Amino acid sequence: MDNNCPFATVLSATTSPRNKTGSWRTMCPRYINLMPPCNAVCPTGENVQRWLSFARSGNFRQAWNVIVQNNPFPAIMGRICYHTCEKVCNRSHFDEAVSINILERAVGDMAISHGWKFENVVPATGKKVLVVGSGPSGLAAAYFLRKFGHEVEIKEARALTGGMMRYGVPRFRLPGSIIDAEIRRITDLGVKISCNSRVSDLGSEINKFDAIYVCIGASKAIKPDMEVKSGSSVIDAVDLFKKLTNEQSHSVKFEKNVIVYGGGNTAIDAARMALRLGAEKVNIVYRKTLSSMPAHETEIHEALSEGIKILCLRTIRVIDHREVLIDKMNYDEESGILSKSGEEETLIADSVILAVGQFMDDSVVRNIEGIVVTDGGIIETDEYMMTGAKGIFAGGDATSTKRTATVAIAHGKKGAQYIDAYLNGKEVEQKSKPDVINFKKLNTSYYFSSPRLTLPPISSISMEERTIALTGDEIVTEASRCFSCGNCHHCNNCYVYCPENAIQKLLDGSLKVNHDYCKGCGICAVECPCGAIKMMPEK
Amino acid sequence: MLHQLEGSRAIAKAVALCRPNLICAYPITPQTHIVEELGEIVRSGELQNCEYLNVESEMAAISATIGSQAAGVRSYTATSSQGLLHMVEAVYNASGLDLPIVMTIGNRAIGSPINIWNDHSDAMAVRDAGWIMLFAESNQEAVNLHIQAFRIAETVKCPVMVCVDGFILTHAFERVNIPDQKEVDEFLPTYKQHITMDPVTPLAIGAMVPPEYFMEVRYMAHLKQQKSISVIEQVRDKFSDKFGGNSSGLFHKYNAQDVETIVVTMGSVAGTIRDVVDDINCKHGNKFGVLTLISYRPFPQDAIREILKSAKKVFVVEKAFAVGIGGILAQEIKLSLLRTNVPVISIIAGLGGKPITKSMLFDCLLENHQRDTKFLGLNDGLVKKKCSFAGDCCTNN
Amino acid sequence: MSYSTRKKTSTDNANCVQSRTDRRNTLMSGHRACQGCGEALAARCVLDAAYNATNGNIVVVNATGCLEVFSCVYPENAWNIPWLHSLFANAPSVASGVASAMRVSGKTKIRVIAQGGDGATTDIGMGALSGMFDRNDDVLYVCYDNQAYMNTGVQRSSSTPPLARTATTLPIGSYMGNDAKTGKNLPKIAIAHNIPYVATASIAHLFDLEQKVATAIGIRGSRYIHVHVPCPLGWGIQPSDTIKIARLAVDCGLFPLFEAKDGVVRTSFTISNIVPVEEYLKPQRRFAHLFGKNAAPNVIAHMQKLADENIKEYQLMGENTHG
Repeated sequence: MDNNCPFATVLSATTSPRNKTGSWRTMCPRYINLMPPCNAVCPTGENVQRWLSFARSGNFRQAWNVIVQNNPFPAIMGRICYHTCEKVCNRSHFDEAVSINILERAVGDMAISHGWKFENVVPATGKKVLVVGSGPSGLAAAYFLRKFGHEVEIKEARALTGGMMRYGVPRFRLPGSIIDAEIRRITDLGVKISCNSRVSDLGSEINKFDAIYVCIGASKAIKPDMEVKSGSSVIDAVDLFKKLTNEQSHSVKFEKNVIVYGGGNTAIDAARMALRLGAEKVNIVYRKTLSSMPAHETEIHEALSEGIKILCLRTIRVIDHREVLIDKMNYDEESGILSKSGEEETLIADSVILAVGQFMDDSVVRNIEGIVVTDGGIIETDEYMMTGAKGIFAGGDATSTKRTATVAIAHGKKGAQYIDAYLNGKEVEQKSKPDVINFKKLNTSYYFSSPRLTLPPISSISMEERTIALTGDEIVTEASRCFSCGNCHHCNNCYVYCPENAIQKLLDGSLKVNHDYCKGCGICAVECPCGAIKMMPEK
Repeated sequence: MLHQLEGSRAIAKAVALCRPNLICAYPITPQTHIVEELGEIVRSGELQNCEYLNVESEMAAISATIGSQAAGVRSYTATSSQGLLHMVEAVYNASGLDLPIVMTIGNRAIGSPINIWNDHSDAMAVRDAGWIMLFAESNQEAVNLHIQAFRIAETVKCPVMVCVDGFILTHAFERVNIPDQKEVDEFLPTYKQHITMDPVTPLAIGAMVPPEYFMEVRYMAHLKQQKSISVIEQVRDKFSDKFGGNSSGLFHKYNAQDVETIVVTMGSVAGTIRDVVDDINCKHGNKFGVLTLISYRPFPQDAIREILKSAKKVFVVEKAFAVGIGGILAQEIKLSLLRTNVPVISIIAGLGGKPITKSMLFDCLLENHQRDTKFLGLNDGLVKKKCSFAGDCCTNN
Repeated sequence: MSYSTRKKTSTDNANCVQSRTDRRNTLMSGHRACQGCGEALAARCVLDAAYNATNGNIVVVNATGCLEVFSCVYPENAWNIPWLHSLFANAPSVASGVASAMRVSGKTKIRVIAQGGDGATTDIGMGALSGMFDRNDDVLYVCYDNQAYMNTGVQRSSSTPPLARTATTLPIGSYMGNDAKTGKNLPKIAIAHNIPYVATASIAHLFDLEQKVATAIGIRGSRYIHVHVPCPLGWGIQPSDTIKIARLAVDCGLFPLFEAKDGVVRTSFTISNIVPVEEYLKPQRRFAHLFGKNAAPNVIAHMQKLADENIKEYQLMGENTHG
C-alpha cells in the first residue's frame, strides 16, 4: 500500500489471514472413521464401504484389492454369499440397500477376465502348514497363511477342490469355471493342493508340519427318521450334488413329481436342480413354517419364482414307492414347540430328495489325542481355534453350526492369523474396533432415492448361470449409492460449507482442518453426509 | 470567448470543458438549469465519453459520483438546499474516501419553512464535511472556479464544492468569458486516479476504522485542508497564467489596507458591499475596505488575521446563521482574531432571499452598534406581534 | 402458466465452484463473522461463482451492515476482489456509478456487483435499488437476507418474517412477535420493475445459487438475486445448523426458490419432500413463543398457509414440469 492511498480507509487485499480466528474455537472438528454396519456384520470383515468407494470412482482394480484383503473369492462370494451386509445397510432405511453382492460378483468377474493376480507374498518364513480340506475355509486359510510367508499344503479327500462350493452348490448358481479361476489364483501363490488324498493319520502329519488346519466340513447327510419302503426312489441331496459334480449333469434324470425334504439352502438348491433335471412338479416339504425356514430369503424367492412349491408344517412318515405319507404339524414359533396335528395326507412323488442337514465325518480326527468332538458333532477348539492337540487348529463347518461359505472363509482368515501367531510365538493383535454408525448419524439430505441394481428376473430355467454383464458405469452408479457410513468419501461438503475457508483439500483429495481459522461452528459435522466428522472439545 | 449567458448555462459549459465522464444529478431549484444544459451538451455529443445519469434522488446522485469517481473517472454533480441535506452522509463519505468529486451548489435556504430563494444555509450545513468549499462572487468567477475546482480536487484528492448564489447568479444573464477547450485541456490534465477498482490489484475502499486509528484519519483530513490552501493559490496562479485576469484564489481584498473598518463577506453580495463601501469612503473619507472570502474551506485563517488584525472594527455580512448563536462566518472570523482587540460585528442578511439593499447596508455599517449581531432588514414589528416572548431581544439595535 | 423446474441432484456439490481447489476465496479467512455465519458463506459462494464466470473480472460495492463490518476493519481486509463500501442506503447508486465508470473507460468486461443485507436492501436502500432497477443499470445486486438488523443487535426489518421475535418485536403478553402479514417481498418488487433477471437462492442449494449467479452475471442490465442466509445469533439456532435451517426453509415452502426473466417467473426449484413449517420454525428461538404455553391459536396455521401459498404459486411440488 503506497502512501498515495488514503490511510486506513483503503486496504490491500489478502490482509485478513493475519487474524487467526482459530482462537475463538471451543469445539474442534475431527475427521473420524466409524464402522459401517456392512463391514461390522461381514463374517470375513470385508471393508465393503472402502471397496465400494473405489468402485464408485471407477478404480475397480483397487476395489478388488480391498476385497481380497479379507476374502480371496470375490467372484464366488458375489454369487453364493448370503450378504448379511445388505440386510443391515443403512441405505435400506432411506430407500433400498446397496446391491453389494452383485457388485462383488461384477468386480470378481472383472478380476477373472482381466487376469488380476494377488499381490506378492512376504518373504518365506520356512514354516510349513498342512490344511486338511480344500473347502472355502481351507482355501482361505491357505491364502492367508501363504500371505504370511508360510509354506502351505492342502490335502483334499475328494477328486476336486472347493469343498461345498463345488459339491454343495449347483452349477447354475456357481459355475465351475469361476471356482477354478479363483482357486487357481491361490495355487499361483505357491499353495500346493493334492486331491484324492484323504488324510488317514493326522497324528503323524503333525510331525511333518509345523501346524495343521483341519477344515473337513460337514459332508455327510443326516438320515431323517422315517420309513422308506424298498424300491422307493430316495436320494440324499449331498449324494445328488456329488454325482452331478463328478459325473456331469446328463447322467441324472428325474421323473415328473419330485419332493425335496428339508428347509435349508441345500433343499432349495436340490429342488431347483430337480427342476432342471426333468422334474415338472417339485414340492419342498418342510416341518416348520415358511418364516422359520433356515434357507436364505432370496433363495426361497427364486425357487418360488421358478414354480417350486413349499409345503410347510409337514413331516414325512413313510415313503412307499410313489406314495409319500405326510404328518401335518403344528409349530409354535415363540416356544419352538413342534407337534403332530393328527392330520395326515398322501403326496405323490416319483423321487424324494432328502436335504435335512449334514454332519461331519469325524474319521480324520477320531482317536487323535487331545481332539474332542462334541455331542453336537463339531470339533472343540479354544478361543484361538486350536484343538486340544497342540499345533492342530480347526475351523469351517467342522467347528460351527453356522454353515455358510462366508463363515467358513472367516474361519480360514482367523485360523490363519492364529496359526501365524502360534508359529511366531506371539499373540494375535486385537485391534479395537470403532463404533458402528447407525442411520440417524447420517445426513441424508445429499442423497436421492434411486432404485437398487437387481439381477434380471429368471426368464428360463436353465443349467446355465444367469448372466449379468454390468458396464463400468452401472457398477459406478450402484456403488455411488453407498452412503459411505462413518467414513469420508470426499464429497467436499465440509470444504464447500466452511464459512472460514478453514477446510483444506489436499492433493490426494483428503481434507484437513486448518486450525488457524476454524471457529468451531460445526457446520462441517452437521453437513457431513457420512457422519465422519465429530466435534471434540478444544483443549 | 465572450458570451452573454445565464449563470447556470455558463457553469454547465465550464463543467463540460473539464470533460467529466459522469454527470449525475437530481433536479432541484435553483440548480436545474445547470444540469439541463449539461444534459443537452452530453446528448448532443458535444461532450464525448461522458454518461449522463438521471437518478431518483440527490442521495443517489452523490452516491453514483462516489462510485464512478472511485472507479477512476472524473465525476460531477450539482444540487441545492434540501438536496444537499438529503445527501449529507454521502457528502461526508466522499471526502472520507478522498474522492475528488466536483459539485456545484446553487445556494438556497433550508426549510422549513420551505423557501426556494438564496442564502448560504445549505452550504453552511456541510461546512465540517471535509470538502473544499469555494464561493463565487460572479458568474465569471463561477466559471473560473469550476475549471480550477477539478484541478484542485484532483491535486489534493479531496472533493470540491463550488457555491453559487441561487437565482442571483444561477439565473442571471451576464457577459462571460468561456475559455477554449484546448486551453482547458492544457490546464487540466487527464484524470489519473490514485485509488483503483482494478481486478488485477484488488483494493478494499471504505474500511471500517476502529478507535485506535479514527482520530488519526480525521486529523489527516485536517492536514489536507491546510495543505490545500497553498494548492488553491498555486492553481489560481497557473489559471491566471493561462487565461489571464483576476482569477480568484483564497479571497479578494478590496481596499483592505490601512483602513479602520473591514467588511468580510462571501458570494454575490460582495459587489453590493463594495459599492456601499465606495459610497461610505466617498462621503466619510477612506475608512472602509472589503474582504471577500472565496475559499471558505479551507479557511485561510492566518491570512485573514494578517489582513484584519490592524483594523479597528470588522463587519461580517453573511447569508446564514447558527440558530441560537448567530453568524457562522462571524464566529470563525472572531476565532481568527483571537488575542487581538478587533471587535467583530455580525450582520445576518438576505436569509431566504430577503433583499439586501445598498441603503440598508450603508446605514448599518455606519451605525453605532449596541449588539454584536444584527439581522439586516428584520421586521421587528412582525416578530413582536407573532412571538410572545420576543421582548426587546429582537430589537435590531 | 407453468414453470420449468430445477431440482437438486446428487452431483450438485461435486460440480459446484465451491468444491474446486482453485476457487478464488473472494472472502478470505480471518474475517470476523460469527461462528456459522450464513451471510459470510453466501457472499463467498456468490462472488466466487461470479469470479469464476467472469475470469476474475468483478468489482463489488457493499452496503453497510454485518457483511461490511466483519470483512474489512483496518488493518485487515478479507476481500480478495476490488471492493468499495460507501454507506448503508446507497450501494445500488454507488454501483450504478461504478458501472458507468466501467462503461466510459471501455472496461466493459468488468462486471459490477452490489451486495447488502436485508436492511440495506428492503428498507433503507430500497429507493436507491428501485432507481437502479428503473434505469436498468448494468449491476447485479445481491441481497443476503437474514431477516433482521443483525449488525445492530437483531431489530426488525421489513424482511423479518411474520411472528418472529426480534429485539424490537418481543412477544410479550398477547403480542406474538412481528405482526407484518408476510414481510416485504423484494423479489416480487424487483420483478415488477421488469428487469431482465430476478432470482431467489439459498445457501443450502449452492449449485443452484451458483448457476443463478452465473446466469445473472452474463446478462446486461439490472439483475437481482435474493439469498436466504440464516443467522445463528439472530435466529437462535446452533451455529452448526445454518445450512440445515436454510434447507428446511426451502423444504417447507416458506422460502421458495425461483427465477424470473423480464418480469415473468420462469423456473422454480422443486421440493422433493415438503416438510411442515413446524420443522423449520421449531428449532429457532425466534419462533419459540409460537410453541409455548401462551401461544395464540392458529399461529402455526398462519405460517403454514404462507408456505402453502408459495408452494402453489411457485409450483414447488413440480407438477407441470414442462417448460
